[in-house]
Parts: sequence; C-alpha cells; structure tokens
Amino acid sequence: MKITEEMVDYVSALARLKLADEERSAMAAELEHILEYMEMLGGLDTHDIAPMSHIFPVRNVLRADVAAPSMDRAVLLSGAPVPDGEAFLVPKAVD
Amino acid sequence: MTMMSLCRLTALELAGKLCAGEVTQREAVEAASARIAATQGTLNTFITPDGPAFPAADLSASPLAGVPMAYKDNISTRGVKTTCASKILGDFQPPYDATAVERLSAAGAVSMGKLNMDEFAMGSTSETSWYGSVRNPWDTGRAAGGSSGGAAAAVAAGQVWYAIASDTGGSIRQPAAHCGVTGMKPTYGAVSRYGLIAYASSLDQLGPIARSAADCAAVLDVMMGGDPRDGTSLDIPAGKLLASLSGDLRGRRVGIPADCFGDGLDGEVSRAVLAAAEVLKGRGAQVETFALPAVRYAVPAYYIIACAEASSNLSRFDGVKYGWRAEGYGDLNDLYCATRTGGFGREVKRRILLGTFVLSAGYYDAYYKKALQVKAVIKRAFDEAFEKYDLLLTPVTPATAPRLGESLSDPLKMYLGDVYTVSVNLAGLPAASMPCGFDAQGLPIGAQLIGPALGEQAVLDGAHAFQLDTDYHRRMPEVTL
Amino acid sequence: MIWETVIGLETHVELATKTKIFCACTTAFGGDPNTHCCPVCTGMPGTLPVLNGKVVEFAARAGLALGCEITRYCRFDRKNYFYPDLPKAYQVSQLYLPIARNGAVPIPGGRTIRIHELHMEEDAGKLVHDPWRDQTRADYNRCGVPLIEIVTEPDFRTGNEVIAYLEKLRSTLQYLGVSDCKMQEGSLRCDVNLSVRPAGSVGLGTRTEMKNLSSFKAISRAIVYEARRQIELIEEGGRVVQETRRWDENKDATYAMRSKENAQDYRYFPDPDIPPLELPQSYLERLRAEQPEMAWEKAERYQRDYALSAYDTEMITAQKALADFFEAAVALGTDPKQCANWIMGEVLRALSERGMEPGDMALTPGTLSRLIALVQGGRLNRNTAVKVFDAVFDQNGDVDAYVKEHGLEQISDPGAVATAVEKAFGANPKSILDYKAGKEKAFGFLVGQVMRELHGRADPKAVNEAVRAGLDRC
Repeated sequence: MKITEEMVDYVSALARLKLADEERSAMAAELEHILEYMEMLGGLDTHDIAPMSHIFPVRNVLRADVAAPSMDRAVLLSGAPVPDGEAFLVPKAVD
Repeated sequence: MTMMSLCRLTALELAGKLCAGEVTQREAVEAASARIAATQGTLNTFITPDGPAFPAADLSASPLAGVPMAYKDNISTRGVKTTCASKILGDFQPPYDATAVERLSAAGAVSMGKLNMDEFAMGSTSETSWYGSVRNPWDTGRAAGGSSGGAAAAVAAGQVWYAIASDTGGSIRQPAAHCGVTGMKPTYGAVSRYGLIAYASSLDQLGPIARSAADCAAVLDVMMGGDPRDGTSLDIPAGKLLASLSGDLRGRRVGIPADCFGDGLDGEVSRAVLAAAEVLKGRGAQVETFALPAVRYAVPAYYIIACAEASSNLSRFDGVKYGWRAEGYGDLNDLYCATRTGGFGREVKRRILLGTFVLSAGYYDAYYKKALQVKAVIKRAFDEAFEKYDLLLTPVTPATAPRLGESLSDPLKMYLGDVYTVSVNLAGLPAASMPCGFDAQGLPIGAQLIGPALGEQAVLDGAHAFQLDTDYHRRMPEVTL
Repeated sequence: MIWETVIGLETHVELATKTKIFCACTTAFGGDPNTHCCPVCTGMPGTLPVLNGKVVEFAARAGLALGCEITRYCRFDRKNYFYPDLPKAYQVSQLYLPIARNGAVPIPGGRTIRIHELHMEEDAGKLVHDPWRDQTRADYNRCGVPLIEIVTEPDFRTGNEVIAYLEKLRSTLQYLGVSDCKMQEGSLRCDVNLSVRPAGSVGLGTRTEMKNLSSFKAISRAIVYEARRQIELIEEGGRVVQETRRWDENKDATYAMRSKENAQDYRYFPDPDIPPLELPQSYLERLRAEQPEMAWEKAERYQRDYALSAYDTEMITAQKALADFFEAAVALGTDPKQCANWIMGEVLRALSERGMEPGDMALTPGTLSRLIALVQGGRLNRNTAVKVFDAVFDQNGDVDAYVKEHGLEQISDPGAVATAVEKAFGANPKSILDYKAGKEKAFGFLVGQVMRELHGRADPKAVNEAVRAGLDRC
C-alpha cells in the first residue's frame, strides 16, 4: 500500500509526534516498505480463526474490594516536571 | 583467588565459595566493581552503576545470595534511576520496586546497577540507546545484540555473574547468543511483569542472562510464581528448577523445524546448531526434523502486535507526570508534541507510528485483527508440535553479531533478524539461548531450545545437558581495553 | 411541518465500590488533590491494573436489573487519546464485548426504552484552571473510579420520557446498592444525543451530543433548547452538523465544543494487561436471586400493607434513602400513615429548603419516631411538633431535651385552659356578640386568642371544645 505523507501526518498527529519535513518523507518510505512486507499475512487463510488477544485461557482474575493507603503525595509528585505541591501542571486544558 | 579468576566462575560457583567462606561478599563486589571500572568505557554496558551497602546479603537467603548482578534499565528499582535508555524518562526514579526486584532482593541478590539496552527495548543491536551503543566484548567493533545488549555483554565480560533482562521478541535470547552466554525467556506469565516498563504487554517477559543453564534455573526459582499485582501472572508452583535439574535426556524427543534452516541462515550458524543436536543425542535425546510452516508468518504478526501495543503503552510519556519535559512549548498539544518528538529516538518513533497506523480507523481489521488471527495459528502449530516433541531446537539468529552501524539503516532487515525468536513470544512459550560454537571470526553462535508452556524444566534440562558436554559457555572474551 | 424529536442517552454512573477499578485507592468523594492516588492509577511506568471483583458484580447486577443479556465472555479494551486528565493516555473501557447488552426499561406512561449496552470503564481525573498562573492543575483522585456507561437506543421522543427513564434508572441503581447516583457529585452524568425529523418519517436526522448537563432540570431545558435550535436551523434552510455541544447553564443555551474534540480516532484494542472475564451461569443466577426489592415493588407493598396512597408511596420510594428511612421508622413501631405524612410533609420540605438529598440528612428514623410518638401521646401538639422538627433536623437533636428545655410540652390541665378561655372572653366581648350574631369567624378568633394565651402549647382540640362550651354558656 502507498503510504503518503498525509497518512504519516495523520498518524503523527494521533501519536503527538512532529516530524521534520525530510524525516516525514523518509518515514513514509520506511513505513511503506515495512507494511508491504506485512501484507504477506494475506497469504494465510484465517477466515475461520478467532483473533487471539490473550495467549492463555486465564479468566476472572479479580481483586477483593479492600482499600489500601494511597501514596504519599510528595512522593507521587516527586518526579513531575512541573508540580505545585498539590497537582501536576500543564498549559491551559479547560474550556 | 585473583579477581579475574573470580569473574570466570558461574554464579552458583561463586555462591558456593561465598558460603564456604573462601571469598567474602566484599571481595566479590570489589571484583565486579573493578571489572566494571576496567571495561565500562569500552563496552558501555551500564547506564547507572550502583554499588551495594555492606553487609549486602544474608547468604542463607537463596543459592545465589551475595552474588553481584544487575538489572536491565527497563526494570523499576525504587529510588534508582530507571531510564529505558530513553531521554524521555529523564532522571526518573520509581517510588517502587518491580516484583522481580523485590523477590531477588529478598533472595540476597546484590545489584551493581542498571544496564544499557535499546531504547524501550526496541531494537536488535543495543544501538538505539540514548546513552550510546553497547559494544560486544568478543569484538568491540560489533553490536552486542539487543535489546538486552548491556545485560548479555556485562555477563560475557565478567562484570556481573548474572543479569535480569526482558524479552519481547528475542531481547534476552538474541544478545545472549551474540555474546556467548545463556539466556532464558520463561513462559508468558511465569514471572510477574509488575515494574517492567512495558514495550508490548502481551509479549514481554522477564528472565535471566547468566553463564550457565544451572545459573538461570537458580534465578528463575526466585523470580517465578504468581503475583497479585499482575493479573496476567500465572499462579504456578515455583522454586524447584535447580533442584530438579537433570542432564539425562533419555526418552526426550527433540524436534528440529526444517523451516528454521532455510534461506537466510548463515552456514556456520546452521552447522553449529545441528552439531548441538548431536550433543543432545549423545545425552539420550531422540532428534528428528519436522515441518513448522506457520513460523514464516511470525515476524509480520509480531511487529504488528508489538508496535500496536507499544503505541498505546508509550503514550503515557508526555512530559506531565514524570521524566523529561521539552522547553519552549506553547499550548498543551505543543507540550505533548515537543516532549515526545524530542524525547523519543528514531526507532521508537517509527514503531509508535507503525503501531498507531495498524490500529487506526480503517486499518484495524487488515493488520491488527489479522495479526491476532495469525498468532492463534502459530500457537496452534506449536501446540501440535509439542504433542510430538518435548523440545524444539532452532538457531537464535540468522548470523553472528553484526558490525556496529550496519543494521539501523534498514529497519526491515533488522526486523527479519528476529525470525527465530518472535514466534516463541507470540505463542507465550519458554525458550533458552545457549552458546553452541564460534564462527570463523571467533564470534559466538547460539542455539535455541523451545519448550511447551510451563516447560521451563525441560528447556533448562536440555541446555544443562548440552553444557555438561561442552564448554562454549565457559569461554570468556579478552576485552580489548 | 410537524417535527419529532429523537433522543438517545449515554449515562455514566460511578459505582459505589470502596476501591478503584484497578487499584486499592479509595473512591471517597473529595479529598485534597492527588491524595487518593498510587502508581497504578496515575499510570506510572511498569505498573499494572488488577480488576476489582466488586466492579464486575455491580455491573452485572445493574445489567440484570435493566433486563440485559449478560455477555458470558467479556473483555476490556483500551481507548487511546491524549488529555491531561488521563494519565495513561488511554482509558480502559469495553468496546468489542461489553458486559451487558439488549436491555429494556419500562417507564411510566407505558413505553419501554431499549438499552443498547452497558459497559465498565474507568473515570478520568479532574482539571482545574488556575487563572493566576494560567496553568491547568491535574488532580487524579477520580482517576480509576469505576464507572458503568449505559447506552440507550434512540427511543425517547420527549424530555419527560428522558426524565422518567433517568428517575427509574437512578432508583434501580440505588436500590441495587451499586451507586449513590448523586448528580451534584458527578456520580451520575448524562450525555444527550438528539436529532429531529419530520413527524411520521422513519430515518434519523443528524444528531448532536450534549454534555455538561448537571441536573435533571438542565437536561429538560437543554432538550427543549436543542430541539428548537435544530428545527429552526432546518426550517431556515440550514443543516445540522454532527458535533458535541456544551450546555451552558447560565446562558440557557448549547454551544459547539472545539472541533478537535469531535471525530476522534480512538484506536481501540483489547487490553493485554487484563485477562478476560467468563462469568459462570451459577454466578449470574446467584446475583439474580439476590436482587433486592425495587422501588415499584416497595410502593405496591406499602399501598397493600399500610394503605398509603399511590402518590405517597411513589414519592417515598423514589429515592432509596427515603424508603429506608420510612421502613426503619415503621420498624421502631411508628404508625406507617403518620410516618408517611411526616415524610411527605416536613421531611421533603426541609430537604428541599436545604437543597439536600435524603441520603445526606442527619435526622434519624429514631428521632422522627420519637417526635411522632409525642404527638400521638398528646404531649406535643402538631404545630409545636413542626417547630421541634425544624429545630432538631440539621443536627439530629434530642427531641425530649429540646421540648423540656423550651417548655413546649402540651398543656392538658383543664383548669389552665378554662382560665385562658375566661381571660380571652373578658378581653373580647365584641367577638362573643359577633359569634352570637352568627359570625363563625369570631369563633376562630377566640380560639386563636386562647392558644396565644397558652403560648400555642395547648391541644387545639381541647381548646376548641372549651371555647365552644364557654360560648354556649354565654
């Protein structure tokens, strides 16, 4: 399949990545090359095969509804690039 | 004993000397520190070296207590910088230990620090690290393999006696093969993933890299078993691998998938792996060749699934909660884009974009759903194989370690190098990589033993039997300083 | 042209579990920012979710009560998008295999609303803009609080039907004990999908989705507004655009939200970290057997056993906390009819004056029972009792202590009443003449005078009789 620069732009926007112009065209070519190879999967007939999301038939792994202490806030915020002692800060994100 | 001769021991041999009082913990740690100090500049195996406090361990805690080791840097260590070899994690210090780290610490593991790797475990050469490439101790002009190149090279060079690494598509087995050491990826779910920074959650698994299969058994005895913090972990009895280890392969049936010995496999590698089959026969195994055509589809299915999951797993790195944040951003979207674009390397970005694409509207069925169907086909093919065989024997890699800088230019070619390892992750199976010879240039060659689900004992028995009759795993490189 | 409005609802309900859906942090409302958080619910690297079994139970109970089929094999999916209230940058939800589907909810008036699906998911955090710093603060206390989302088919035609359904839904979930459904705390939130079409036509018009509807009143008004907006737009030759619109409570209007919040590509895929669920038939049978008495069942029982009116029972059972209050008071021996009267009168009045929910009231069934007992025992008159009620309501005060402290006990001494009658007659001779002249109003005036003399504490019946007897003697 042809991967256009517009398609690269679309997935880049979804992934919050911004590629420079020359990177964009190179990436389009690389993705196209890789996806072309992946099309070999079409050679395997799977119409009656159920997609397998989890490899082993492990089911119903459940936790009891018992509370445990939360983490100390200072520790929680200790790795944040821009905390204010109570919360994580970001540029305006509210209407 | 001299420090250098200490470094030649296996982990269990060193543990024996610690218990017997022939060597002190301090001497062991000093030997490791000296070796790291002498070779780190050349090999670049460590991102964060970290020495222990003394007394480091209670020697009665486990058969490996007191033995210096190290962790791949995608494993969370409380209060110790954990980077995934990425710029985006900055100086992140997790406020928690991975479950595996907790268990190993309780068993007396003595950590020497955090090991270099491909960024977010994405790569086959340990060259995508933000902290620079790892070099292969057998030939410092070559890659150590990846993504756990730091772990394999550190063990090979005698910096530590074992290392804990992760394997998503061969990241333990492939660098172990390239560096001439033994690595084991357990059954999916056999070891808790809690604290392992995810690349592809349905494929990731932690395991050991060490000199011998027996060392790997001792480490897995500590790591394996269910964990209430990981819903995908399996509640299995653990702790008996080392005690049950047997070199007797009488009655064991070993299958060699012919499809793994076709085009693209280097002749020297092929010959070394087939020679390993003869050694297994000598230990009583029955060996025969069979067809496993489904593995042909493993690489594309693997990269679709792994990249899709990675695109989601790596979305949390956005410069808000932890790690590095770009400077000079404007609005919120700009903060995200600037941080992620500046914080991730090129291979990580490529896989995120690939994964985003295969999940995006209109392409899900053709790529992602198809890959999950292929995964089911591969799983079934292995299930059928294990009705006939107790173990499968394959190469680990198509060729020995590549020269540095040779692989990154053609990503697809690099992906194809994972042809023998990724199907094992798709099927969730246990597999070991063991040194089985050297090529004409003196580079190590690895053979892979694959077992059925929860067949860790069979895999380790096979590798142990091989190592009883060979000494490839005891050879050490002379690192050019 | 006659237009028909077509409405479907997506209702998010926070489940009343003690802990979050994937970690052991508390779900308690409020709390200082980021104090109900841990590495799991803030999406720290390497952490993993482990599903809270109570969430599955509550979702299955809700599904069964709403007449749904429970999906035997169900699974969680990741919904991927970037926003600072979502620390993992994906929300764990259910797209492909929701826990319940194909339900039906009969509403008053005879119609039935079909439930398309009910699924489990995690709540997001809270963002508050700090205008001083021009920065938005992210608080993750709500992150990972379990939700169920209940999606109806587009079966509503009027706002009244929507409200009737929501009241039924709220009552059902409260009776199941799976949610407190408090809109003001955000534990019940509703998005309204609305389109219009010419009456009698079959196809659906282009719909808009309305958000930020924080009360039933807001929902009603937003429906009226949005239907009118769409009709006017079409009649003027315009075209409805599929978009998300925000209800502005103050301006009484909806506004299109920024376009980037429309048309997302969420890249859903099965969450590999969470093993699927396969609910055994026996488990579902047990949940079905344990289903508690619902509001409408209680209402019927109250009518049958206590001879209460249909209206009263509907009001009392509309909110489970109120029905529980009623039943507790009756269990203490209080006359059901009296108890219902007090709840319908004073309790609902006091709640509405304070804008409170029954579940939040301090007053206990025991306190109301005592008050009613004092009235029935003749020790408090009804009017004084209302004053006492108001005095004790907020703090659940001690009725007996209050009555004693303020000297409110009813005067039942006939001598005291007679003295007061004499005094009132002496001061108001004209009223006596008026009464004799046939002016019945004068009787009431005299009774009032006597009551005033007795500081309102006398039994009104005794006063009436004494005044009547006195006048007869004049």
